[in-house]
Amino acid sequence: MNGVHDMGGMDGFGKVEAEKDEPPFHAKWEGRVLGLVRSMGYAGAWHIDDSRYAQETLPPQTYLAVSYYQRWELAAEKNLLARGYVTEEELKAGHAIGPTKPLPRRLTKDVVDAGMTRSSFFRQQQGPARFKPGDRVRTVNINPLTHTRLPRYARDKVGTVELIHGCHAYPDSVATGRGDDPQWLYTVVFDGREIWGPDTDPTLTISIDAFEPYLEPA
Amino acid sequence: MADHDHDHSHEHGSELSETQLRVRALETILTEKGYIDPAALDAIVEAYETKIGPRNGALVVAKAWTDPAFRQALLKDATAAVGTLGHVSPVGDHLVAVENTPQRHNMIVCTLCSCYPWEVLGLPPVWYKSAPYRSRAVKDPRGVLTDFGVKLAKETEIRVWDSTAETRFIVLPMRPAGTEGWSEERLADLVTRDSMIGTGLALTPAEIAK
Repeated sequence: MNGVHDMGGMDGFGKVEAEKDEPPFHAKWEGRVLGLVRSMGYAGAWHIDDSRYAQETLPPQTYLAVSYYQRWELAAEKNLLARGYVTEEELKAGHAIGPTKPLPRRLTKDVVDAGMTRSSFFRQQQGPARFKPGDRVRTVNINPLTHTRLPRYARDKVGTVELIHGCHAYPDSVATGRGDDPQWLYTVVFDGREIWGPDTDPTLTISIDAFEPYLEPA
Repeated sequence: MADHDHDHSHEHGSELSETQLRVRALETILTEKGYIDPAALDAIVEAYETKIGPRNGALVVAKAWTDPAFRQALLKDATAAVGTLGHVSPVGDHLVAVENTPQRHNMIVCTLCSCYPWEVLGLPPVWYKSAPYRSRAVKDPRGVLTDFGVKLAKETEIRVWDSTAETRFIVLPMRPAGTEGWSEERLADLVTRDSMIGTGLALTPAEIAK
């Protein structure tokens, strides 16, 4: 979706302000949010792209106004409600009221290390890769209302395939409940001028990681 | 969605903020329903506070600076190469290392959310997840570098890697001059988090002596 989360190339947000000696968390609740979102992901309540999509579909003014971990928390509530793991009544009460909906597994203290290792996104390939490094490709012009990982600034642009990362779960499919639909994943590099126009710094190149359906031969 | 408007400016003080109350409620509900184990949450928080941070990445970089075979292996397949180092936590399947040279400077961003190589760098800093960085890094990386006090030669190429899938990138910064014969441990002290994102350079011996 063409949401406010798709920020690449937007102007007016100001300087990047780094905080000196930044702590891992700025408040205790931030760590709890991280832990509970990780735990529910491990349990199989949702996929990472469901989490991303739930954040993207927050009202834009909310997305921009709240902090990072607040976004996580709001997205978690949305996904828990949508999937029937909690009810509005329970959120209001602050306690469990209804029955527990079964989940495939539970992240307990003794398996935390395993639970924190990043999952693999490799999937069984469905066919040969359509492109190879060095191929010129044009990204498609798509504007789906649903989740996609092709940023707006990189649509309908010509670039070069640089790396092949294997076959991966396809977020556009996963986040719409249609399963993994494995796709080849490539790093595609663009000249900065192709993206931002002729006045752009000629030394700039930008790459995205693009799933095969995002690409056509150029 | 007025009930989702938060005031996140006062986290301190005795009064619990709306966000704190929401998070507490959510954790209580999920615990009572048996979905989560609060002790696991404690362990996750502790791991990010004490174990999983940029020191992991710094040790990888220092090793690459001193061991040419490891450097080669890292650039070819970072996941496998880092996996051979016992002291670094597993990095999942999709890590790619990109090397800075006098000709080319690399910078990592995630314009769509905040993808970041947690296993080697720990939790991303707030600025990495912020709108100013995510919006500008792909369009005006030299301007962003100026915000970080870094000025590159005009002719140095800049490559920005937008982390739009599950691949995670780490920058292998250039080794500072005057560090010949240094041990990996000592070299790792020069490797800042920002130098592995590409918004900084490795510290020089003079800078670290300050």
